[in-house]
Amino acid sequence: MQKIMIFLTALLLSCSVFAAIDALNFQSARQEEDYHTLTQELRCPQCQNNNIADSNAQIAVDMRAKVFELLQEGKTKRDVVDYMVERYGHFVTYNPPLTPATLLLWILPCAFVVSGAWFVMRRKKIRPTGKTAQQSAVKNPENLDDSERRRLQSILNGKE
Amino acid sequence: MNKKLFLPLIIFLGLVIAFVVQLQRNAQGDDPKALESALVGKPMPLRQMTDLFENKPLGSEIFQQGKPILVNVWATWCPTCYAEHQYLNELAKQNVTIIGINYKDQSDKAIKWLKNLNNPYQIVINDEKGALGLDLGVYGAPETFVLDGNGVIHYRYAGDVNEKVWTQTLKPLYDKLAGEN
Amino acid sequence: MIAELGNYALALSLAVSVFLAILPLWGAERGNVQFMALARPMTYGLFLSLSVAFGALFYAFAVNDFSVQYVVNNSNSNLPLQYRLSAVWGAHEGSLLLWIWMLTLWGAAVASFSKRLPQEAVARVLGIMGLISIGFLLFVLFTSNPFTRTFPDFPVDGRELNPLLQDVGLIFHPPLLYMGYVGFSVAFAFSIASLMTGKLDTAWARWSRPWTMAAWIFLTLGIVLGSWWAYYELGWGGWWFWDPVENASLMPWLAGTALLHSLAVTEKRGAFKAWTVLLAILAFSLCLLGTFLVRSGILVSVHAFASDPTRGLYILAYLVVVIGGSLTLYAFKGNRIRSRDNSERYSRESMLLLNNILLMTALSVVLLGTLLPLVHKQLGLGTISIGAPFFDQMFLIICTPFALLLGIGPLVKWRRDQFSAIRTPVVVSVILMALLGFGLPLLLQHKLTVSAVLGVMMAVIIVLLSLYELHQRATHRCGFWTGLTKLSRSHWGMIAAHLGVAMTIWGVAFSQNYSVERDVRMKVGDSVQIEDYRFEFKGVTEANGPNYAGGKAQVDIFVGDKQEAALFAEKRFYTVSKMTMTEAAIDWGFTRDLYVALGESLGDGSWALRLYYKPFVRWIWFGGLFMALGGLLCMSDRRYRFSKIVKEKTNE
Repeated sequence: MQKIMIFLTALLLSCSVFAAIDALNFQSARQEEDYHTLTQELRCPQCQNNNIADSNAQIAVDMRAKVFELLQEGKTKRDVVDYMVERYGHFVTYNPPLTPATLLLWILPCAFVVSGAWFVMRRKKIRPTGKTAQQSAVKNPENLDDSERRRLQSILNGKE
Repeated sequence: MNKKLFLPLIIFLGLVIAFVVQLQRNAQGDDPKALESALVGKPMPLRQMTDLFENKPLGSEIFQQGKPILVNVWATWCPTCYAEHQYLNELAKQNVTIIGINYKDQSDKAIKWLKNLNNPYQIVINDEKGALGLDLGVYGAPETFVLDGNGVIHYRYAGDVNEKVWTQTLKPLYDKLAGEN
Repeated sequence: MIAELGNYALALSLAVSVFLAILPLWGAERGNVQFMALARPMTYGLFLSLSVAFGALFYAFAVNDFSVQYVVNNSNSNLPLQYRLSAVWGAHEGSLLLWIWMLTLWGAAVASFSKRLPQEAVARVLGIMGLISIGFLLFVLFTSNPFTRTFPDFPVDGRELNPLLQDVGLIFHPPLLYMGYVGFSVAFAFSIASLMTGKLDTAWARWSRPWTMAAWIFLTLGIVLGSWWAYYELGWGGWWFWDPVENASLMPWLAGTALLHSLAVTEKRGAFKAWTVLLAILAFSLCLLGTFLVRSGILVSVHAFASDPTRGLYILAYLVVVIGGSLTLYAFKGNRIRSRDNSERYSRESMLLLNNILLMTALSVVLLGTLLPLVHKQLGLGTISIGAPFFDQMFLIICTPFALLLGIGPLVKWRRDQFSAIRTPVVVSVILMALLGFGLPLLLQHKLTVSAVLGVMMAVIIVLLSLYELHQRATHRCGFWTGLTKLSRSHWGMIAAHLGVAMTIWGVAFSQNYSVERDVRMKVGDSVQIEDYRFEFKGVTEANGPNYAGGKAQVDIFVGDKQEAALFAEKRFYTVSKMTMTEAAIDWGFTRDLYVALGESLGDGSWALRLYYKPFVRWIWFGGLFMALGGLLCMSDRRYRFSKIVKEKTNE
């Protein structure tokens, strides 16, 4: 246990929040944009939740260099992400994969909205205007429940 | 009684179960940051490799030895590697074949280190730039991979290999793979 | 000696809170007036004893008492005084003490501003807040005591406060956030009290509204401050990372916003009572959940306090008691809540219900995204990461209909209305929205992206419909300008808050889509052109401080021949903690920020510099400030001060 803690501490201390600024020579503005998008989307495997753009850990530095190299070779953003996922697993990208398990991420919120909207549509029936609307807003003796009926009875009894 | 009103409570209790399970695991030494390897079930990545001592090229057949082997990623700048080194020497004495990958290090320092502390490795690959490490999904040192007789990766342990880790985690797999051959 | 006094005060507070929890609640159940009357004085007593404890900790930090372990871990004699004091809440134990102290502060506030409430209600509410305190005090006393001594050894000096935290933003960020989190306990207490009695008339909605609003305002300010701090302090120009701890603050905010709007309906129309109660429980539960996530080590986050699983188990047990208990109470007693809801399908009530549904959907997105990786890994399916790409995409999808509803909602009448009444203005606004949605980004930034167009459209529709509504309300009975003066403060509050939302959306749309980041290598005299701005590097000079050694770079920025700004970016090496920090230099403006950060020296006299152009990024936080202002205006509306009017009338 002690050894694990030492190992983990060593890893932890190697991450710092402010990453070294790599002054790279890009072939185009588009490539520079892609580089920034990718380094923000890829996660540093060694840090406590940082992308590789913001981390100073050795592995993050290496990964950034690799991203640059792959972009220089003409690979697309998708290719670069696939390259990293092949080696580090899905953990390494902040974009979750679409699998039966992660489908929940999209299905649940969708279900929420749909059921909520249905709830609103269903509950609110268009009531007829006029007297009947007034009547149904008022409590009639028929639509009281037991406790209310008893209360009514006791009030009426009190009045006599 | 309105059953729908119990829904928030049920969802909450579900969450609690997940949390309790995770806390128990963490208390037993589980590290939430530990990553499983993406290469399990795949062979060692093909790459140009050079021997640390003799600077000659190595082929991928070094990983296919007809029996299970360990591949250990290490470096002289890594204090935990120093801590695990003695145990690796012992494992080597027990005839466990270990191939070393010297990760992002300086060859002369590495050679000196092995001279001073004994060399448990059958072969040591020089991975000065860390390119092989990147292909293996290495994110820190030390890491140890368990390969079967055909050079296919079965498991990656991130951290130092000691008595407890060997007997509880790695040896059972090692023995199983040895039995299969 | 002072530390022991603090420890004693904590123990005393625990005792008082136990009595506060038991006696008034018992008194309320049995109608015992003496017991109920104990609620207020005991609440004040609790506040006082906890203030003593808190004061003792402040004292220990101020005088550099290194015999207290917590002071050793977080402070240092070279640290300037203000950071020594704010280090009190820089780590787990002290920040928990801050939490509890604020809980008693809110309790004392409720005790003193509740003169018009019936005694039974006051007794119940204060009793419940006492119950909440017990758990936290037990936690602090038995697992996280800040007053633990370092005896028999006595270090000469302490470790340093993390340089990241040595900043004015970090002095105020935790207190503001905690005031928000803890403030939701008041609405929670009101709800639980109502569930206990089964009596939920609209009066309780009216009482809890200002308290909920106050808590919401603090939480909004806390989040805005945290985001702004990250932007200027961390040096990467980002302002939100969807980190689990950040999400833990966003979730109560979303629930709180839904709660505020639901309370409005309950107060005005007597409808949605069950939803309002549930939302009040949910909002506070999410605050507690956040506390759990941050301190238990269960999620991987840069913000997490150093933690251990036993602490996590303890907090979880507390959560089960409080949240589980309140949800159980809701499950059993919820159907006793009778709402009077005679509104129709197309009405303001429906609009607000839809608004709440969308807010809850957003909340579910954040909750899922934060917790699914944990469950995914537990089920043996592997480790995945869920971050900005997912959240940004989902929020874009949810915000689009939300913005439209936000604009339309205030235009719809209560109970029953017809869309034809507002068809023309809505159609006109939508057409304008489409035109400006494409036109404005094109005009200002010369290129279009999907999310920029959508973002601008959202902001535009909110502004147009809000202004139309303002006009309609003002001209209801009289001329426009006269009408404006007659509008209530809460109406102005609504306008301000909704416009704040539009501002934030605008700021996000522009800064996310049109920011330019260049990491460049520059020698003295070199210049780089970004958009209309020319950045010229003038050199690096030495710049040392009380606990650091550093260098300062000067970059002048020109538009054409005119100088826009001279920026000084620093790099500091803190000697005790051996951490390197960058102090970025920002020229801020209403329409854009220009940002310079200094990197390493690359040898041969050149330096690595990071240059940013960020259009409209300030609007993100200005929008947040407007939202908080809106809340403040609502809270200070005349009808909450009607006791003053009653007093005036009775004096006549």
